[in-house]
Amino acid sequence: MTSISASGTAGIAAARLRLDRRTRSVSIALLAALAVALALAMYLGDFALAPGDIVQALVSPFTGIKTPGADFIVLNVRLPRAVLAILSGAAFALSGSIFQTLLRNPLASPDIIGISSGASAAAVFCIIVLGWGGALLSAGAVVGALAAALAIYVLAWRDGLSPFRVVLIGIAVAAIFGAVISYLFTRARIFEVQQAMGWLIGSLNAATPGKILPLALAMLVLVPAALVLSRGLAALPLGDDTAKGLGVRVEPTRLGLIVIAVILSAFATAATGPVAFVAFVSGPIARRLLATGRVGLVPSMLVGALVMTASDLIAQHAVPSTQLPVGVVTGLLGATFLIWLLVNANRTGRTA
Amino acid sequence: MATTSPFAGNQRNRRLALGLATLALGVGAAAFLSLTQGARPIPLEAVWAAVTAFDANSTDHRIVWDLRVPRTLIGVVVGAALGLSGALLQGATRNPLADSSILGINAGAAACVVFGIYVFGITSLRIYVWLAFAGAGLTMLLVYSVAALGREGATPVKLALAGAAVNAALISVISAVLMMSPNTLDQVRFWQVGSLAGRDMTVLVQVLPFLAVGAVVALASGRLLDGLSMGEDVARALGQRVEISRGLAGLGAVILAGGATAAAGPIAFIGLTVPHMARAFTGPSYRWILPYSMLLAPLLLLAADVIGRLIAPPGEVQVGIVTAAIGAPVFIALVRRRKLAEL
Repeated sequence: MTSISASGTAGIAAARLRLDRRTRSVSIALLAALAVALALAMYLGDFALAPGDIVQALVSPFTGIKTPGADFIVLNVRLPRAVLAILSGAAFALSGSIFQTLLRNPLASPDIIGISSGASAAAVFCIIVLGWGGALLSAGAVVGALAAALAIYVLAWRDGLSPFRVVLIGIAVAAIFGAVISYLFTRARIFEVQQAMGWLIGSLNAATPGKILPLALAMLVLVPAALVLSRGLAALPLGDDTAKGLGVRVEPTRLGLIVIAVILSAFATAATGPVAFVAFVSGPIARRLLATGRVGLVPSMLVGALVMTASDLIAQHAVPSTQLPVGVVTGLLGATFLIWLLVNANRTGRTA
Repeated sequence: MATTSPFAGNQRNRRLALGLATLALGVGAAAFLSLTQGARPIPLEAVWAAVTAFDANSTDHRIVWDLRVPRTLIGVVVGAALGLSGALLQGATRNPLADSSILGINAGAAACVVFGIYVFGITSLRIYVWLAFAGAGLTMLLVYSVAALGREGATPVKLALAGAAVNAALISVISAVLMMSPNTLDQVRFWQVGSLAGRDMTVLVQVLPFLAVGAVVALASGRLLDGLSMGEDVARALGQRVEISRGLAGLGAVILAGGATAAAGPIAFIGLTVPHMARAFTGPSYRWILPYSMLLAPLLLLAADVIGRLIAPPGEVQVGIVTAAIGAPVFIALVRRRKLAEL
């Protein structure tokens, strides 16, 4: 809400215009990069296809011209994988940015404060104890994430919600779920442990419509809702009183955004597993690109989609004849980003 | 510095010393339970006979000597190390939430061990220990420097978050390695859960000198930590070299946590909760908190281990899981109770 009516001076208006122009140009650049990554994702692979064949295969549902091998590779393997990468990357990023902004801390993303670990513990339980897979496993993961979020919310509630308490209690909840996972691991047979381990790292393998559809539907509802609510988001870091003074209805806005972030994170995790650090890095990267303290949710989502797609390209093609799960690459990326944060902040004296 | 007995003759000190003696008795009692309780019921006389007149042909005697005695010894040593390391970390960082598991130190040690097994195919326990030390030290440095960024320095929340973030990074790297190497996974999954059972006595013997050095450093740094707790400026004005005392305490904490992790695997939350319990008896002086933590921690660890043995017969729950299940709620209560200003 842009109701800072007292400051309607030309200078500020000009500054805001520059800002918006910057947001737009950054978004366009990110879209272009994403398009390149997408094209590479279509092109690269064991089964070599000429660019013309790929285009033909992509449009074949409309034209009716069938080329069996190419159609299958492009439409049933590469395209779903790329779509899942983009959707889950964007969902993780949006969820992470909302958390980081609401909790006023760049380290407070759902993968660190226990929400992903709720999903993980539930999924490991489903795999090892119940022997579930597929849609049931995804549903279990969603339930786990929501339960973790609810537990954190209830435990951290004490005359209101303080970001510090949420973060610290989230860490404790994550530790409990971590213990549950370790315990299940010692109880299981080694191949079950391996299967669960694969889920825990997170991958885009077996990207089927059954995995993509729930996430896509959730995003169709939640992303617009988040964007509408987020107009109040910019004022929340200023403190509740200032935000109220600016005309933001603080509690409903915050609660709505938290619920959206949790559900997004839950569905994305259910589709891909808890891919490490995508939620964590996207917001800060977008912020650096925008070169302002502002929260850009759309640029964050684009960064998330790009990180996920590019990481999957690296994971699939960097090591010849070995396909790594995407979570391995994002994990390394996250570790590198942390160190970069360290070096960069030391140089500029900025807060982490 | 002989620090554990400050002003003699004081009644309060006598009371505290008495408490310390009681705790020592408590550790003895817990050790007794640990020797006598387990999945297989062994009559007291048989336990006693196993200790006094060992008979290699008796299954009961073998269980006592080969399983319960090592387990109890490891519990006592590792517990003491974890308690001291937690108290040192909390004092050196002036942070009530500091703990080797929260700060990612245990995960750092684990990551180095996993890499050792995977990359170099190391199977020698002697080298595990060094890897665990190196991992613990590097992680401590990394976490502290990430948290100390920015103007307000390493506040408790930033330290906890930096630890959690580094922890998450390490865990994802560890799982990547384990994913690619089922062999390593099979070796590590039992180590990864902190446990006192099935551990090798040779590791304990090997880390013992380090832990002894760490314990001496810890017990000697009570005065330094008391100085630090008054604030850096006051400590400096009193003639303390703040960086040196902080570095010394940090080094001690890393040696203790690394050694404990090498011997038993990562055990969460003991180092965090024990100093707080100790503080409830002793008040704010680290000269008392440190020795109290050193005795209280093995008491709790052995108790948790016995609980884990009895809770799910015929199997048992590893002590690292029991301590997390008990410790995390304590941590949550701590966070809820304190005013934010203190955090």
